[in-house]
Amino acid sequence: MERDARVCVMGEDVGHYGGSYKVTKDLANKYGDLRVLDTPIAENSFTGMAIGAAMTGLRPIVEGMNMGFLLLAFNQISNNCGMLHYTSGGQFTIPVVIRGPGGVGRQLGAEHSQRLESYFQSIPGIQMVACSTPYNAKGLMKAAIRSENPVILFEHVLLYNLKERIPDEEYVLNLEEAEMVRPGEHITILTYSRMRYHVMQAAKTLVNKGYDPEVIDIRSLKPFDLHTIGNSVKKTHRVLIVEECMRTGGIGASLTAAINEYFHDYLDAPVVCLSSQDVPTPYAGTLEEWTVVQPTQIVTAVEQLCR
Amino acid sequence: MTAAATKIIQPLPLNFTNTTARSPDKALFHPLKTTPSSSFPASTHKLRLTKPNSTLARRRSTAVFAVSDVVQEKKPKSNTFHPNLLITKEEGLELYEDMILGRSFEDMCAQMYYRGKMFGFVHLYNGQEAVSTGFIKLLKNEDCIVSTYRDHVHALSKGVPARAVMSELFGKTTGCCRGQGGSMHMFSKEHNVLGGFAFIGEGIPVATGAAFTSKYRREVLKEGDCDHVTLAFFGDGTCNNGQFFECLNMAALWKLPIVFVVENNLWAIGMSHLRATSDPEIWKKGPAFGMPGVHVDGMDVLKVREVAKEAISRARRGEGPTLVECETYRFRGHSLADPDELRDPSEKAHYAARDPITALKKYMVENNLASEAELKAIEKKIDEVVEEAVEFADSSPHPGRSQLLENVFADPRGFGIGPDGKYRCEDPKFTEGTAHV
Repeated sequence: MERDARVCVMGEDVGHYGGSYKVTKDLANKYGDLRVLDTPIAENSFTGMAIGAAMTGLRPIVEGMNMGFLLLAFNQISNNCGMLHYTSGGQFTIPVVIRGPGGVGRQLGAEHSQRLESYFQSIPGIQMVACSTPYNAKGLMKAAIRSENPVILFEHVLLYNLKERIPDEEYVLNLEEAEMVRPGEHITILTYSRMRYHVMQAAKTLVNKGYDPEVIDIRSLKPFDLHTIGNSVKKTHRVLIVEECMRTGGIGASLTAAINEYFHDYLDAPVVCLSSQDVPTPYAGTLEEWTVVQPTQIVTAVEQLCR
Repeated sequence: MTAAATKIIQPLPLNFTNTTARSPDKALFHPLKTTPSSSFPASTHKLRLTKPNSTLARRRSTAVFAVSDVVQEKKPKSNTFHPNLLITKEEGLELYEDMILGRSFEDMCAQMYYRGKMFGFVHLYNGQEAVSTGFIKLLKNEDCIVSTYRDHVHALSKGVPARAVMSELFGKTTGCCRGQGGSMHMFSKEHNVLGGFAFIGEGIPVATGAAFTSKYRREVLKEGDCDHVTLAFFGDGTCNNGQFFECLNMAALWKLPIVFVVENNLWAIGMSHLRATSDPEIWKKGPAFGMPGVHVDGMDVLKVREVAKEAISRARRGEGPTLVECETYRFRGHSLADPDELRDPSEKAHYAARDPITALKKYMVENNLASEAELKAIEKKIDEVVEEAVEFADSSPHPGRSQLLENVFADPRGFGIGPDGKYRCEDPKFTEGTAHV
């Protein structure tokens, strides 16, 4: 925001309140009420407003207070965010960033626990990234803001408290690249967002049992980094996808299809995808735990794949 | 179900004189009485922006009264004979030419559609020209307009060349959107036409955003002279849509430089406005959000222009948005695929008699602003423009395969990194359009 005066933020409670998860804390004091705009509760309209502002020269960042609320903005995200550059014959660019907290939290109930990446992935013309660490959150955010394409940046409700030492110097990550978390030889585990932590927890157990998993945080949900993923598959010949999306139509489903299409010859076993159950996330803690993938399931899946 | 509930409700009959009728003004211009003298008595003095005479307004004691003087425009130069006329000769000819262009263009579209040159959903603007011309001819190039699927004439009024629009309709590469948008997606960066939208209501937030940029440039980027205004055009059906209300709220809240122009032609495909709307007087919804609501006769370009002048000036002065309801009518069906069987022939005849082009012609001739010959010359000129547009479109090439994947992303790195480590957009199959994304 300091570097480019055209960058602005719009969303519910982003200004005086500092954001529902304090992502925009104090920015309104620094940059004023117009650059950090508290909007009324009208997702479709203020997302469309951000798009109109982007078409006329600004670079807005739209916050969905919870990503789930952006279901109300689907009209604007699909038709105008994704497609307007094309239908205008390339005349107008839409350099917006749409971001917010999503994913399954701690007993937040079904509607506040949604994974919108599965619904948005078919929209042509948008890019989707998911951050998972303070380091990649900053780098991907900067990249998303500077991109001329509309980018949806998925944050996770349970990851805001992570602490990490990050460089003082400016750095910008590549929107289209995946992140090698842990190199290995036996199996490729592809994951993103919060499930990265369940995978790493499972990895500790697996290492103790003598396995050597390669863990990749795909980060770019659309498009997939087929280079990093492909090189891994060619090395390990076994793929496990661990995601928080529901089984049907999630990122894992698309990733499975892509790997089968491009790297079928390199697979020694079918791609296994661990997803959340196709269930509205229940409120009860025990039920909620059983809807998402837990580290023990990951360990079991790896053991079975590597048999 | 009672018989009354199943009866098709027709719009109010023509001789309905209750104040809830379509023209709550005591008819200044009664269509069925031919008045020989000047028939455009739009007031240039106090422009009352609500309707204090309406019984409904009296019932609502919280109606916001906005009474403002029309901004005193420079005295027209060549009007020493007729100080009370609303337009100069030059202005009149400009308005006439623009409306003739709109009408001729749309008529040509109908012809071309039935000859198989144009496809899909085509929505024609015949009859509504006064609104487009009345508003858009007051704008600067930097001002923005946003429309709906009935957008050909808005684009033309804003300055998009007829050949570019016709080409777009034919699906050729020389179209204003390279043939990728079509009838419902007219865009022009050069002329600040921000679309062309297929879903009703989805353009209004975009217009609100353009107005937001104008305010942002003035207040954040400190471009003190940025007074660009945005006009959002949409219909009566849209006024029952959430995005309409949400944007009225935001525009008034932040005093955005925008004018919401409702083209109330009474019909949303086959749904009569009166069957769809609890309170059909759309102009009244403006004050509910804190902005003036104005009702104007949308078949009369001079009346529209007077109201538009004030609304646009308000926005430019930073006083915020205005809601203008233009009572208008489309002479053709909703689209070229609509058999238009539901509308009463007498209703159509009533509005056909109020053809805005005929009315302006009459005004100009009767007030000696132009001769019949001069107006005929304009019609001939426009005929040639439209013919040339068709020839241009006909002879333009269809998009080649290579155009398929361009413009999906402004930055084509968005297609991602391929298995070989290179960005997929670097693959020649991408420029050829044969790659699979």
